[in-house]
Amino acid sequence: MNFLLMTVVVAFRVLARNRMRSALTMLGIIIGVGAVIAMVSIGEGAKAAVQAQIASFGTNVITILPGSMTLSGVRTGHGGAVTLTIADMEELKKIPGVTYAGWGRRDAMQVVHENKNWFTTINAVSPDYLVIRAWTALNGEFFTQTEMDTAAKVVLLGNTILKNLFEPGEDPMGAMIRIKNMPFKVVGTLEAKGYDTRGNDQDDVVFIPFTTAERKIMGTKFMGSIGAGYLSAESPEQMAQVVDEVQRVLRQRHKLRPDQDDDFTVRNQIDIAKVQEGTSESMKLMLLAVASISLLVGGIGIMNILLVSVTERTREIGIRMAVGAKRRHILLQFLVEAVVLSAMGGLIGVGLGVAGAQAASNIAGWPTIISADILLIAFGFSALVGIFFGLYPANKASQLNPIEALRYE
Amino acid sequence: MSLIVCRDLVKTYRLGEMDVHALLGVSLTIDTGEFVAVMGASGSGKSTLMNILGCLDVPTAGTYILEGTDVSTLGENRLAEIRNSKIGFVFQNFNLIPRTTALENVQLPLFYRGIPAHEQKALALRALERVGLADRQRHHPAQLSGGQQQRVAIARALVTDPSIILADEPTGNLDSQASREIMETLTQLNREGITIILVTHEAEIAGYARRAITMKDGVILSDRNAGGVAVARVVPQEVRA
Repeated sequence: MNFLLMTVVVAFRVLARNRMRSALTMLGIIIGVGAVIAMVSIGEGAKAAVQAQIASFGTNVITILPGSMTLSGVRTGHGGAVTLTIADMEELKKIPGVTYAGWGRRDAMQVVHENKNWFTTINAVSPDYLVIRAWTALNGEFFTQTEMDTAAKVVLLGNTILKNLFEPGEDPMGAMIRIKNMPFKVVGTLEAKGYDTRGNDQDDVVFIPFTTAERKIMGTKFMGSIGAGYLSAESPEQMAQVVDEVQRVLRQRHKLRPDQDDDFTVRNQIDIAKVQEGTSESMKLMLLAVASISLLVGGIGIMNILLVSVTERTREIGIRMAVGAKRRHILLQFLVEAVVLSAMGGLIGVGLGVAGAQAASNIAGWPTIISADILLIAFGFSALVGIFFGLYPANKASQLNPIEALRYE
Repeated sequence: MSLIVCRDLVKTYRLGEMDVHALLGVSLTIDTGEFVAVMGASGSGKSTLMNILGCLDVPTAGTYILEGTDVSTLGENRLAEIRNSKIGFVFQNFNLIPRTTALENVQLPLFYRGIPAHEQKALALRALERVGLADRQRHHPAQLSGGQQQRVAIARALVTDPSIILADEPTGNLDSQASREIMETLTQLNREGITIILVTHEAEIAGYARRAITMKDGVILSDRNAGGVAVARVVPQEVRA
């Protein structure tokens, strides 16, 4: 141990003699490690942002869309059928593992407040819908059962609507806005959610009670027909089982024969998450490939310089052998030099990578996450590169014949 | 007991298709405290003999017994240990490690012995004092004169308290003034009891030694002490046969 420590000291001294050369040799490793850390930090930041977007959809959400209908050979697409009903949803709520069942219908309409107006999505929903989709009230409260039962003309405003219909600082609570020339009282505003995974503004929306829309604004083909149903499962593990059960119950309720297709579609959020995970997996693999190549190039640089160094210092190696160095002492000396070079390069690279990631978030505003794991892995890997690429030159040095080495000019 | 006992040393190199016979049966005995000069023209085999005596090389045939140990059959690691503990080298071109201080150069053999750094320093400083260079311990070889560099090399040879100092043309790169100083230093060390084997082709330098061995074509031609008396009859096997 003592010997190893002294060898490390000697290696530092040797490398300090050729500062410029050592710095240039380390450059490959510095750039490789730095780039990997900066890229991984930015990648992790982006991944976390996407995950936050997915979470903004609500947790463990199962979406049920009315399916397509075939009329004289023409298929209508999603929502063409009006077969999904409130009664279906109330039945689905009884499935074990389901905590909430909500529903809604949407339409695009003009909303007016005093001299301002805005074209937006009117989302007519049941109170549980807001819970399932993880909306939070900034002011006021969600619809009450009474408001639902009486088809009250009340409205909740999304953040984008608030900005477009009201002056900054103006209190929207209790204000009247008009939808289809019908006055609605603002009973609450909602916390902003930002953009969804497809880039749509989730806050560009107003919510009204489902019953109000059905009876007074949108009309309906038959009472209780809904645009979409939403369930939330207790835990992610239960989702697959709940989805199966939903399918079974709905097929039964819609009296579908075994040879008939579903007249509804069940989507679950895990599928979306899986796609995202796949994307970040392939991103990780790409990063790994880039990292390996840059470390490989850096390692070859170290090997190259060490081979030059072994040739230059042939006489020194001979002297060391003459005064009693064993082959393993020489091997260790050059190996330590390689590792010191690569580990120092790795350390500087870690510093630069962290600085680069900070710069990316400060200047470009990208979200970045710097994890200690990746710093340790990158540093450890650079040290391993030193061992791997130092082995050949070090072995070459240790195999020199002392007599010839002493005579080398 | 004799320090060095060699019997019928043979060394053959293979150079391409040809076998080169560098040593053709050399037998030699050297006692502790002797000052021996090995002379001969280039190609006489004196360098090969030095390499074998210095445990840098092993003979093709024959035995070499150093302080009672047969070293002609030892492995590389054991030979390295023997070089480290029993032999000190002084070379024609000094062979100091460049851009390294005199003190660190002298410390080098102790470094491979694995003793603590502060002990290395103390011993190395004492060795530099013995050759009169204590005030130059922080100088690099390039900052020292040839004679000073050679004295640093002698200090490095001394520092392990070896049984033999092997000096291979130690004055070959020095002017006559420095040569004299180096030879006086070696003579002084010999008086203090260190065995010295000196390789040279200059009769004047060989004159410092008390015994002169002359080699030619891989055999010992003559072996005389300072008075010109033959030390031993040295007749190669081939001639005897």
